[in-house]
Amino acid sequence: MSASFHPIDDVLLAYGRGSLDQAMALLVASHLTLCPRCRDEVARAEAVGGVLLDDLPPTDTALGLLDAVLARLDEPVPAVPVSLPPPAPGSILPQPLRQSLGGDLDRVRWKRLGQGLEQALVLQSGRSRARLYRIAPGLRIPEHGHDGTELTLVLQGGFSDLNGHYLAGDIACADDGVVHRPTADRDGYCLCLAVTDAPLRLTGLVGRLVSPFLNL
Amino acid sequence: MQDEAITPENHVLSHWLLCVGRDRDRQAFAKLFQYYAPRLKTYMRKLGSDGAVADDLVQEAMLTVWRKAEVFDPAKASAGTWIFTIARNLRIDRFRREGRPEVDPADPLLVVDDRAGADDALATRQSGERLRQALHTLPGDQAKVVELSFYEECPHVEIADRLGIPLGTVKSRLRLAMSRLRAALGDDVR
Repeated sequence: MSASFHPIDDVLLAYGRGSLDQAMALLVASHLTLCPRCRDEVARAEAVGGVLLDDLPPTDTALGLLDAVLARLDEPVPAVPVSLPPPAPGSILPQPLRQSLGGDLDRVRWKRLGQGLEQALVLQSGRSRARLYRIAPGLRIPEHGHDGTELTLVLQGGFSDLNGHYLAGDIACADDGVVHRPTADRDGYCLCLAVTDAPLRLTGLVGRLVSPFLNL
Repeated sequence: MQDEAITPENHVLSHWLLCVGRDRDRQAFAKLFQYYAPRLKTYMRKLGSDGAVADDLVQEAMLTVWRKAEVFDPAKASAGTWIFTIARNLRIDRFRREGRPEVDPADPLLVVDDRAGADDALATRQSGERLRQALHTLPGDQAKVVELSFYEECPHVEIADRLGIPLGTVKSRLRLAMSRLRAALGDDVR
C-alpha cells in the first residue's frame, strides 16, 4: 500500500519545524506512518531546521550553565512513563493515533450522527478538532463546506469526492470555500480521521436543518 | 565564552557527537555545548521563551543530547538536524500536555520505502553542506519566508503581517522554496 494523495508541502514543513497544532500533527504523523515519501519530505524540513540552527547567531547562556549541565550528566535517566499495550493483531490504527486513543478501536466511544454515519472526537487543540468517522458502505455524507481547512486521512476502506478516489493512507484536503459530498466505497465500512481548524458548514437544505445537532 | 568567528565544519560537529555517543566523552560534549547551547538559546528566544525559560530549555536539550547521543547516526542526519529535532520536541513537550505525535519506527503498520536507493538518496539530501548551499542560493523573498517560518509561533499569518504580503503568497513562496531545495538536491520524485 502506498498513498496517492498527500498533505501539501507547507503542512509537512510545519510538522517538521514543530508548529502544527496537536490535532493536525496527529493526522500528519498517522499519514507519515503509511507514507515513506512524506517522511522524506519531513526529513528535508528537519534538515532545513538543522542548517538554520547551525547558522543562528549565538546568545549568551546563563553564567555557569555548562557546569550545571556537566554536573547533571550522571543523573539517572528519568523512567519513561508506561507505554501503550501492544497493538491488537490486525489493528488498523497507526501508532500515533493509538497513542491519542490510549489503545485500539475498542476504546472509541462512537456517537451516531445519522443512518450509517458515526463520529468520535479524538482530541481538540485550540480551534482544531480531530475526529474519527465510520461511514457505512455506499453512504453519501451530507453536502458541507468549510471555513478553514479540513484534512481527512483514510484508515480503512475508501471514499470519493469531486477530486478523486481516496484509499487507506490517502489524505483528502478541502480548503476554504470547498463544498463537497464525499461518498463511501460500496465494498465495506470506511474509517477516517478528519481534522478541521474551523467548524464545518453544512450547505444543503437537509444539512442546514441538521447541523445544529451535529456538533460540527 | 563563545567565539563567533569559529564555525566548526559539519563533520567536526558530527564527530564530537559521535564521541559523546561512543565514548561518553565529556570534552567533546563541552565543545558541542559551546557551539550549540548559545544557538539553541537564540532558537528558544525567537520562539517566545524568555531568558530563564530559554536557559532551562537549553539545559534540558543538551542533557537529552548527552543521553541520546548513542542513537545519533551521521548517515541519516547532520548533528545540527539531530539537535534541532531534540530542541523542537522538548519545546513542544514543555508547552503541551500530550507531547508531539510521532511516527513509531516499530509500528507494525509502518510502510517502508521500496524505491531502490531511497536510503542513499535520503542520506545525501540531508548532508548539511549541500542543503546549506541550496538554501543560500534561494531567491531572497523565498529564503526570508523559510527562515521566518521556523521562528514564528503562528507562522504563516504572522509572516504575512510582517512582510505585508497576502497569506497565499507566504504559502506559495514556501512551496516554491521547498521545490527548489528538492531540485537542488537532485531529488524530484514527488
